Amino acid sequence: MLNAITLLLLFQLTGEAITLFFSLPVPGPVIGMALLFAALALRGGPSGELRETAQNLLQHLSLLFVPAGVGVMLHLQRMADEWFSILIALVASTFITIAITALVLRTLTRHGATQADTDQLP
Amino acid sequence: MNPRISEIWVYLAASPLLGLTLTLLAYQGAVLVSKQCNGHPLANPVLLAVTALVSLLWATGTPYPTYFDGAQFVHFLLGPATVALAIPLYAQLGRLKRMAMPLLIALLAGSLSAAISAVLIGHLLGASDATLLSLAPKSVTTPIAMGIAERIGGLPSLTAVLVIITGILGAIGARGLYTLLGIDDPAVRGFALGTASHGIGTARAFQVSEQAGAFAALAMGLNGLLTAVLLPWLIPPLMRWLG
Repeated sequence: MLNAITLLLLFQLTGEAITLFFSLPVPGPVIGMALLFAALALRGGPSGELRETAQNLLQHLSLLFVPAGVGVMLHLQRMADEWFSILIALVASTFITIAITALVLRTLTRHGATQADTDQLP
Repeated sequence: MNPRISEIWVYLAASPLLGLTLTLLAYQGAVLVSKQCNGHPLANPVLLAVTALVSLLWATGTPYPTYFDGAQFVHFLLGPATVALAIPLYAQLGRLKRMAMPLLIALLAGSLSAAISAVLIGHLLGASDATLLSLAPKSVTTPIAMGIAERIGGLPSLTAVLVIITGILGAIGARGLYTLLGIDDPAVRGFALGTASHGIGTARAFQVSEQAGAFAALAMGLNGLLTAVLLPWLIPPLMRWLG
């Protein structure tokens, strides 16, 4: 477990360093994720230890958002003033985004799947 | 209160231990309630835990920074957890390669509709400019969204809250919406949820299946990258056009 955590922190640190060095608008951990993904692809998969640690960490991913979520208390005044427009904008926009993404992806993959199936025909 | 007890309270309330312990307790309680409700999307663990903690802090008059002194240790783990998302993602490598083009097109459509629809609807309903600019990056993961908000002139800490609410809304509403649209492929479900609702959507997708979770993680990562590149030049002309 210690090895796996060190590895994750090392990738995060590398990501942060790259972000700072090239002043990228993307946060370090996302770069770290991309780097680890590339490393796994090169190496042919994670070790059992790394897989297990990742599973444990991601099992409680929701917990990690709680501290930032409690920050809502800093904005109660603005939320009280503009709650209606904020709430409707968030609800509608979230559902529009989910629907558009899902429908576009389904349309494109259905087409792709049929093509792949016909490719396999003798 | 007995003076001895109030002394102990003052001491504990100032130490990071209390904020950290309360966060873990609130979350475990929330998970228990969520299980009691058979994982019903409305019993969202983040929503329940945040509500409980905000009520408690408000009732005891504890300022957020005091709480965050302790909670930051949990918050810190977001970084390594984001890196760790590469592992479930790698497990889907084969499917990712086959679907690369459709995924990227769907991502672009989702990324644009997330920002544009939020700003347009907020504007129509009379939200202030600062709120609109803070709304624009609401579909991407907290640290990216805060960075974007700062760049385009929004309020980063307000954005953090809007991001969390967006995540909870997606996690709660996705199942019903997918039933309505007749979408049953876990890869499509996960990808759309990750695009719209970042990490909280991803956490929800992992609750449902490993495959949905992996595609949600992919969408979250890619949408973070894409939105960070798109918004700084998309939002200023949009705001000028809205006047």
